[in-house]
Amino acid sequence: MTIEEQLITEITVESLLEEVKTKSDAGYRLVQIGCTRIEDAFEINYSFEKDYRFENLRVTIGEDVRMPSISDIYWGSFIYENEMHDLYGIGVDGMNIDFNGYLFKTSIPHPFRDAPAVTVKKVPKKMDEENKTSGGEE
Amino acid sequence: MTGRRTVVPFGPQHPVLPEPIHLDLVIEDEKVIEAIPSIGYVHRGLEKLVEKKDYKNYVYIAERICGICSFIHSLGYCQGVENIMGVEVPERAHYLRTIWSEYSRMHSHLLWMGLFADAMGFENLFMNCWRIREQVLDMMEETTGGRVIQGSCKVGGVRKDISVAKLKEMSERIEKTKADVEEINHVFFDDSTVIHRTKGIGYLSKDDAYHLGAVGPTARGCGVAIDIRKTGYAAYPELDFEPVVESGGDCYSRCMVRAKEVVQSADLIRQAIEKIPGGDIDVKVKGNPEGEYFSRVEQPRGECIHYLKGNGKKFLVRERVRTPTLTNIPPLVRMLAGCEMADVPVIVLTIDPCIGCAER
Repeated sequence: MTIEEQLITEITVESLLEEVKTKSDAGYRLVQIGCTRIEDAFEINYSFEKDYRFENLRVTIGEDVRMPSISDIYWGSFIYENEMHDLYGIGVDGMNIDFNGYLFKTSIPHPFRDAPAVTVKKVPKKMDEENKTSGGEE
Repeated sequence: MTGRRTVVPFGPQHPVLPEPIHLDLVIEDEKVIEAIPSIGYVHRGLEKLVEKKDYKNYVYIAERICGICSFIHSLGYCQGVENIMGVEVPERAHYLRTIWSEYSRMHSHLLWMGLFADAMGFENLFMNCWRIREQVLDMMEETTGGRVIQGSCKVGGVRKDISVAKLKEMSERIEKTKADVEEINHVFFDDSTVIHRTKGIGYLSKDDAYHLGAVGPTARGCGVAIDIRKTGYAAYPELDFEPVVESGGDCYSRCMVRAKEVVQSADLIRQAIEKIPGGDIDVKVKGNPEGEYFSRVEQPRGECIHYLKGNGKKFLVRERVRTPTLTNIPPLVRMLAGCEMADVPVIVLTIDPCIGCAER
């Protein structure tokens, strides 16, 4: 097993642009921006890489917080920022190309915004016993 | 003096596009001034399904994100879960994963080379590329049971082994395939039709490629030597190879990178067959993943990331897939600015767009 060393640094919204600028000045490329719904907040990972060193800046924000765009620093970030807006409903200010919610044409607005609903599925007793003995999927 | 500007819609349905992407091309006479991309026609929300599928069963979904690099998607996902859970995959499984990954790369690149030839109107070259691709698909089918969707990767290893006799046969057959590819590569490298349609077209500088986030052959065709296989996943640390890099930055260079990578993949398969150890092909995986990991793999189109986050339950909290096509869209926009209208289809094809992948 090869586990790649992956650094994650927690930062605030206010310091985002400064931190991203530092990465850009140091010659890192923007790998991706990804969002995760966690209970009543959103966790946004800004991933960078230089010489195969993989590093992340993580911002955790509340539901109504708007994010500043980093597209002045990394021009190509518009694709991730529009995705973040369209799937999660997170407002992003200052994007160089703003699709106004039409990059991803989803049938319902912001389909990933809500936290996953907790559902309890009743398993018939006999099937439950079989699963235990077979050890799950395999 | 500037001419009158017109906006020409390109796609989402276009003869050169296997999948739907839309571009608003702002043109002046025949020159493209600006291209505004638009995707979202085939968004399936596959990432969301991770909340409803057992993490072991989600492999089947991950594999269906794309019909071309399906195996490598399942590898990326499984590798992510294994790293979170600290699962030690047997060495033999690493080698088998590497062999199937390289077959996937060969068949993807040969498919692209055929489509590229077709986009240039070179029908005979198109048919020859796909004829050779059949040899690769046959090997995939004979070893996994599936031509496009293999279903052979699972959390903890692989589902199918390959016998010693079959490996020997594969080693012989891959040499023939390699010879066929080398023969056809001469056409891509030297034919005046190909050179006329690709050399100096769709230029992207090395700096732009790097800072706009280009990956895979799109980046390597501009002189950026990024290849995630060098991070050392699967059996790649045991194999001898260097990323294929070209410095032209145009359609011709991106084509050359792919054509040379098919030959390189054949070499990697041969090396893997020579070095594959015996032993188990999987380990039993118990418990549920708790933690997070960015699993990075090199797909035919470039770096792909499966970000996984688990909370100790059988359903993962998040599976975020950043596919190479998504990150190659901003570089595409830069390539199109300033090109001739007639070159747009060829330039779009040179990032090998996989929209099903990009939209998940």
